Amino acid sequence: MDVLRIGGKEITSRLFLGTGKFSSDSLLPGVIRASGVQVVTVALRRVDFDNPQEYMLNYIDRECILMPNTSGARTADEAVRIARIARAAGCGNWVKIEVIKDNKYLLPDNYETLKATETLAKEGFAVFPYMSPDLMAARQMRDAGAAAVMPLGSPIGSNRGLKTKELIRILIDEIDIPIIVDAGIGRPSEAAEAMEMGAAAVLVNTAIAVAEDPVAMAEAFGLAVRAGRKAFLAGPGAVKEYAEASSPLTGFLRDTEQ
Amino acid sequence: MKVKINGKIAELDASLSLLELLEVKGIKPGQAVIQYNGDIIDRDSWTDIVLKENDELEILRFVGGG
Repeated sequence: MDVLRIGGKEITSRLFLGTGKFSSDSLLPGVIRASGVQVVTVALRRVDFDNPQEYMLNYIDRECILMPNTSGARTADEAVRIARIARAAGCGNWVKIEVIKDNKYLLPDNYETLKATETLAKEGFAVFPYMSPDLMAARQMRDAGAAAVMPLGSPIGSNRGLKTKELIRILIDEIDIPIIVDAGIGRPSEAAEAMEMGAAAVLVNTAIAVAEDPVAMAEAFGLAVRAGRKAFLAGPGAVKEYAEASSPLTGFLRDTEQ
Repeated sequence: MKVKINGKIAELDASLSLLELLEVKGIKPGQAVIQYNGDIIDRDSWTDIVLKENDELEILRFVGGG
């Protein structure tokens, strides 16, 4: 059994699901079933008394591990505050740190993210920092006690794929905690590619949520992540510059092979 | 009595505990987390804290997010 030990838990599904942007939360049970995800992210917001809605967690399988995010935080202090509130809500000690000041590309602030990671890891949280894929910053996150690092493939919600591939490859090579590719993955093939490269998991939200058929897309992502992981474990062959025949070149048609 | 709930001034008739306020607002206690005058309050204390003039409350819960 290929188990991912992470944040004090053991999981077998390497697809993490973000739950934002679905046209209705009622799609979530089908999406979770079809994809087989065991980890889902959620956000914390003020209750809207004027617009009462069914509580979103009622749609989430109780077996799922909840990973609240700190979206909305612009500083480490704000992220820490959100994380503490989320833990007080009684949904475990996992937290995805998201500190974003840039409204156009929603790129994370690695420095503030690191500060929040240091504080929260000391408080016993399993900390999953969402970050730009920078090796030095990733080492510091690891040293600060992060449970994993979550480098972005491309900007949040852009469906642009693994634009930061080379930098993620370096993180996978150099960082000895799980690398979870988060943000930007738009197609199952891109999720498979991240897994083939040796990512421990991928987190997908928009690509599933905005698909015409989110449940079918969730299933496709689940299959792609399993395929990519299996390929990684199988050990892909070397890439070569020139052709190398796949059929034996026995020369029965002429004496000398030309 | 005026208190601030989620950034808006609200007029309350009587002195309510945090738990009673949730009931009035139609929120199930298991679905919310409360920050009272800046402090996160354990569910166990929701009956003990009674609102007073100018209190500030944040009543939060989980929503979909990536």
